[in-house]
Amino acid sequence: MGMTITEKILARHAGKKEVLPGEIINARVDLVFANDNTGDLAVDQFKKAGFDKVFDKNRVIFVADHFIPPKDVSCAEQSRRVRVFCREMGLSNFLEVGRVGIEHVLLPELGMIKPGDVIVGADSHTCSAGALGAFASGVGSTDMAAAMAKGELWFKVPETIKFVYKGTPGRWISGKDLILYTLGQIGVQGATYKAMEFSGEAVEALTLDERFTMANMAIEAGGKNGIFHVDQKTIEFLKPRVKTDYEIVSSDPDANYAEVHEYDVTDISYQVALPPSPGNVKSLSDIGNIQIDQVVIGCCTNGRLEDMRVAAKIMRGKETNFHIRTIIIPGSQEIYLQALQEGLIETFIRAKAAVSLPTCGPCAGLHMGILGEGEKALATTNRNFVGRMGHKTSEVYLASPAVAAATAIKGYISTPEEVM
Amino acid sequence: MEYRGKAWRFGSNIDTDAIIPAIYLHTSDPQILGKHCMEGIDPGFPKKITAGDIIVADENFGCGSSREHAPVAIKAAGISCVVAKGFSRIFFRNSINIGFPIFESEEAPGKIANGDELIVDSDKGVIINVTRKEEYKSIVYPDFIKSIIVKGGLLNSIK
Repeated sequence: MGMTITEKILARHAGKKEVLPGEIINARVDLVFANDNTGDLAVDQFKKAGFDKVFDKNRVIFVADHFIPPKDVSCAEQSRRVRVFCREMGLSNFLEVGRVGIEHVLLPELGMIKPGDVIVGADSHTCSAGALGAFASGVGSTDMAAAMAKGELWFKVPETIKFVYKGTPGRWISGKDLILYTLGQIGVQGATYKAMEFSGEAVEALTLDERFTMANMAIEAGGKNGIFHVDQKTIEFLKPRVKTDYEIVSSDPDANYAEVHEYDVTDISYQVALPPSPGNVKSLSDIGNIQIDQVVIGCCTNGRLEDMRVAAKIMRGKETNFHIRTIIIPGSQEIYLQALQEGLIETFIRAKAAVSLPTCGPCAGLHMGILGEGEKALATTNRNFVGRMGHKTSEVYLASPAVAAATAIKGYISTPEEVM
Repeated sequence: MEYRGKAWRFGSNIDTDAIIPAIYLHTSDPQILGKHCMEGIDPGFPKKITAGDIIVADENFGCGSSREHAPVAIKAAGISCVVAKGFSRIFFRNSINIGFPIFESEEAPGKIANGDELIVDSDKGVIINVTRKEEYKSIVYPDFIKSIIVKGGLLNSIK
């Protein structure tokens, strides 16, 4: 019996010829990371357990992205404890404000993610790295502490669901629309405990940035990981970034899938996830007139250069609606700089949008754009649970950067065609 | 092990923002987190419960973020275990890893009402509803997972 890409990667890291779904294995991990928030708890667990060194100084990384720059003393203390720990352990990899980005945007950019790797991160959106053909899965702080100490971790080998996307999408339809559509089809527990393998001609046509967006939201279906096969575009992305060898792993033609879903993307229109669930997805044309108070473009889902370019193209020469607060968050310092050099930042500022340094900020209701009572946001983020971005009566609508940019101009949830 | 307490019923897709809202993530202190347990869906919950009580939920309990603060908050609030039809995978791992018992049962949640007196027997894989004099099956974990819980969590088991 053949194996899926996920099964093969796990088997190789467990030192086994083959693994079967449901089997519990101990697998070697290539990279372990956490952020300023989850890292604090992981460090605490690591110390309490009495460990005194990490398994490999180059494979343990902390990225400050949730509360940066620290918004209050508690957050400053979380960062400080992680910083002290990194110095004690001799780690050079505590990436701080000024040299940082949102972890899931930054680590691939730095060449830390390679095809065929097993990666665990103490953040649920670690699955984003699957866009590069790695097995990447979010874990908690105790898992992080164990992986930091031992360089291995237990996994239950997941069954795989294969998603095949066919056809050619419309002009402004993006990877975000494809993944929202998928969530609408299978629901927020449609892939619980399972691997989501994305394939088909329509995803091969996507940019890497859009593939990251899709892999990022695998967790919103309950997925253990989201994964793409490596192709020429992946290799081009990796070329300037990854200097060491890597192995390209692919699913066997006779691999076993728990389910296979085929979607024709030709007829998919703009998708919006209505509050309070990322699975509560409708076509934009079916939701009526929804007035918005705040637009957020950024986050580990859509804070990449391509997202900035799309938003700027739609906003260029226009001004955002007077009643809308528009917050744009490039996902990393490199993306910020590139956006600056391409004139995108000037476009945003002239459009009366606020541009923030890279941070998770408003996405999780942490800081830099919290909603008040009854306010509505349209965001390119990944979750719209009750109170996710602030007050418990506030609401979040999830959509693509193109829809977000159009909405910022019009003041209600709009299509790019309405403003172009 | 046996866990005995009153049932507190919740529905499906109880996310980690409901279990412990992000505004409390600036701390990792279990005592503080415990005081805000379930605040996103039932403010005041920690004051209503008695130590040992049991949360009973439907599908996909603990979905959303990877915050380990969620099972930590439930444990610190004094809940002895959670019974649900299903758990999100990160919440599942986090609970096992901190040695907090959770039980999957397809049958039990649908038959348990708020306030029912329950006994969960983790070795036999049964949930006894003392109030209704009924018995339900729950999943018995493989020895590997049982041993993590018995040893008080993952870090104790790999030391």
